[in-house]
Amino acid sequence: MNVQSTPVLAIDSLRVEYPLANGSVFTAVENASLIIRPGEIHALVGESGAGKTTIGNTVMGLLEKPGRIAAGSIHIDGKRFDPARGSAEGIVLGRDVGAVFQDPMTSLNPLFTIESQLTEAMRFHLRLDKAAARARALELLESVGIPEPKRRLKAYPHQLSGGQRQRVVIAAALSCNPKLVVADEPTTALDVSVQAQILKLLRDLADGRGIGILLVTHNMGVVAQIADRVTIMHRGKVVETGTTEEVLRRPKASYAKALIGAVPRIDQRLDRFPVLGDEGKGRAERARAELRAKAERSNVAAEEAPILSVENLCVDYTTSGWLPGSKGHRFRAVDGVSFSVRSGEVFGLVGESGCGKTTIANVVSGLVRPTAGRVLYRGQSIAGGGASRRVGPLRQAIQMIFQDPYSSLNSRMRIGSILSEPILFYRLASTRAEAENDVARLIEAVGLEAEAAERFPHAFSGGQRQRLSIARALGARPKLIVCDEPTSSLDVSVQAQILNLLKDLRDATGLTLLLISHDLAVVRQMCDRVAVMRQGQLLEQADSETLFDAPQHAYTKELLSLVPTLDRIRGETKAA
Amino acid sequence: MLKVLLSRLGQAALVMLVVSAVSFVMFRYVGDPVATMSRENASVEEKAELRRSLGLDQPLVVQYGRFLGRTLRGDLGISYRNQRPVTELIAERLPATLELVIVATILSLALGIPLGVLCALKPNGIAARLVQALSLIGISTPTFVTGIVLILVFAVSLGWLPSFGRGQVVDLGWWSTGFLTISGLKSLLLPGITLALYQLTLIMRLVRAEMIDVLSSDYIRFAKARGLPTRYIHFRLALRNALMPVITVTGLQIGSLIAFAIVTETVFQWPGMGLLFIQAVSFVDIPVMAAYLLFVGLLFVLINTVVDILYAVVDPRLRARSA
Repeated sequence: MNVQSTPVLAIDSLRVEYPLANGSVFTAVENASLIIRPGEIHALVGESGAGKTTIGNTVMGLLEKPGRIAAGSIHIDGKRFDPARGSAEGIVLGRDVGAVFQDPMTSLNPLFTIESQLTEAMRFHLRLDKAAARARALELLESVGIPEPKRRLKAYPHQLSGGQRQRVVIAAALSCNPKLVVADEPTTALDVSVQAQILKLLRDLADGRGIGILLVTHNMGVVAQIADRVTIMHRGKVVETGTTEEVLRRPKASYAKALIGAVPRIDQRLDRFPVLGDEGKGRAERARAELRAKAERSNVAAEEAPILSVENLCVDYTTSGWLPGSKGHRFRAVDGVSFSVRSGEVFGLVGESGCGKTTIANVVSGLVRPTAGRVLYRGQSIAGGGASRRVGPLRQAIQMIFQDPYSSLNSRMRIGSILSEPILFYRLASTRAEAENDVARLIEAVGLEAEAAERFPHAFSGGQRQRLSIARALGARPKLIVCDEPTSSLDVSVQAQILNLLKDLRDATGLTLLLISHDLAVVRQMCDRVAVMRQGQLLEQADSETLFDAPQHAYTKELLSLVPTLDRIRGETKAA
Repeated sequence: MLKVLLSRLGQAALVMLVVSAVSFVMFRYVGDPVATMSRENASVEEKAELRRSLGLDQPLVVQYGRFLGRTLRGDLGISYRNQRPVTELIAERLPATLELVIVATILSLALGIPLGVLCALKPNGIAARLVQALSLIGISTPTFVTGIVLILVFAVSLGWLPSFGRGQVVDLGWWSTGFLTISGLKSLLLPGITLALYQLTLIMRLVRAEMIDVLSSDYIRFAKARGLPTRYIHFRLALRNALMPVITVTGLQIGSLIAFAIVTETVFQWPGMGLLFIQAVSFVDIPVMAAYLLFVGLLFVLINTVVDILYAVVDPRLRARSA
């Protein structure tokens, strides 16, 4: 790292404002400064709304109107950024500044080939002809580690996996030899093993080509693994900045301490997640006690273990063939999986995307039919061989919480109607007034105000919506809740709150949880027992302490080693 | 792909069978053609003779069976009114309607797409607001009102364009076209606009909504972040994504254009199939009505099938799924 060289990015006391309709001004970023030198990776960390993405967008000239730079300056490669032009003199976006976005599934246009999307920037910025651009595109694909680059050039985005698409996006960002790359949550949408590869790729680019990288992320593990310097933001302000080691090991600001504390640890199990700020505790506890009382009144079935058993489950997905009647391509999503969940425990199902864990969740919830094998609920078959159509009590006993709190609540219904739907459907309240009362208790039980019933989902943040999804699942007074990645679209501190909430509810109402996640740290913190899946097969299952401390299967060991954690901080003397 | 195609064709055949049954049964109860066809003072014997010669004395099922068999051989019967084969009548009228529909479709696409893009790119511009306001009028005015107003302005007051008929036509084999003469083209203009207006506003609004959606998508942001020229992003990249649903809607609308050309053709006395149908209705000319219904049904089914295939050609994701 050459300290004397011109910084590729120098931001000085930047303020970004959004004028609001009522005449006041919302300050998204206030007095932010940071410097990135060639070959340096600078992480910008914070929760959603902290202003980190706004800084990234401003640097790229993609600040959405009516946002504006109100004060301060940005220099890219020593040239001053001109807010009026949306770029700096002599700096061309796409040529000198490359961008990598969060979701590789959506950042490539589905209707154009990889070749066309890779070469267009080169043809505009470098004036390369078609053949030269193509040759360079091949080189780029090779350098970002895509196998069979020749074939991939002709492919369309949907024919590539998520990791490959992100590599293509990185290749496109690199295509014109940028000095600075702005990477906005580049690995958030990826599996751990792919994430590890992409992070290594980014690190190599910084080391090998001397590119400065502004890494916008909320994942502390990622920061620890590849960043040289870190800036932590909170509500538009920089609260702490320094080398990665300083900031993560010895945070000074209280927010920085809390944020780092909220990261789920994979190395040891804690009773609760440390959270930022406390909720209206007493009210929530009273509401939960009331829920518990109701649940017990309706609970006549004797407790017997296991509550759920999955036996030799197989699920095939088939695509139709060319000729009528022909079978076409068959894909086995779940292959002979067996496990059982004891009453009252939290059972974790982990694996990378495509391993079949969500398919199992769907079979248990009755959304997908198994090809072979069966699922028993308290000894009664509910899916597969000998399963009768699921009727009231069985459906009611198993509820689900989905991953995306934005799409899982109907945006045209009031929260009150959403939550009273299961109550009325299963006739759990005799009158509408009683149902409304139940809804109020549910909302309080998940830590929100009862007035929420009057509002529509858009009035709530992601974390609040996920609380409401949980309340909806609880409304049916279930015995088992299937949680499919319940926190993977949430911020760390919100994730900690939601996970605490699930733990509390489990303790308060004696629920059983089937938790599906790709986040091993979350699983360690939450689960009593864990099963690891890969390519439709169950590789290993054990008590979660045993599994994390002494994994048996090679794949489990590999997965565990790939998770970026705060224990391995870049630049720290390698002790462990 | 082949499987999809075959199943589509199977569905199409089924739909056509139902349409034929409906058209046959429905028109069986519309009225008694014998009463309209025979002289007022015709004797009972004369009427019975006519009934027998038209095959109307047979049981319903037999009549339907015969109808179906004849239809499959391309014989749609003899018009009660003109005493000419219906196939011949339709073939004669078909070019007029199709040319009208082609003109209307081209007009609506050629104007609707650019206007929609304009409204999406400059949503607060004066032009966009004006177009938006006018489109409301376009979408809410009934076709016959538009037609009459256009006739009033351009044919009666200004005298620029003819108010009815096809003008001079040129025969190319069995196809008579108005595209080759000045008067033919002039005559196409007013009914073409009338028929296109609703279409145009629909396509404009669709393109606008789709374009706004696409412009806020990640891949367009990523294109901007790669510093590609704005025009290239808007017209080469975003427009292509925005046009996907336009294909479906245009396809479906061509069908309804043919069907709803009835009103326009009546207003402009356009010698197309719509006018033929209206005349047939007033005369209880059952073979013509049945044939018209069958024909429109067939067109709808064909166009839908073509749209499905076209979709797979444009969208690489669908290609992969069906292969």
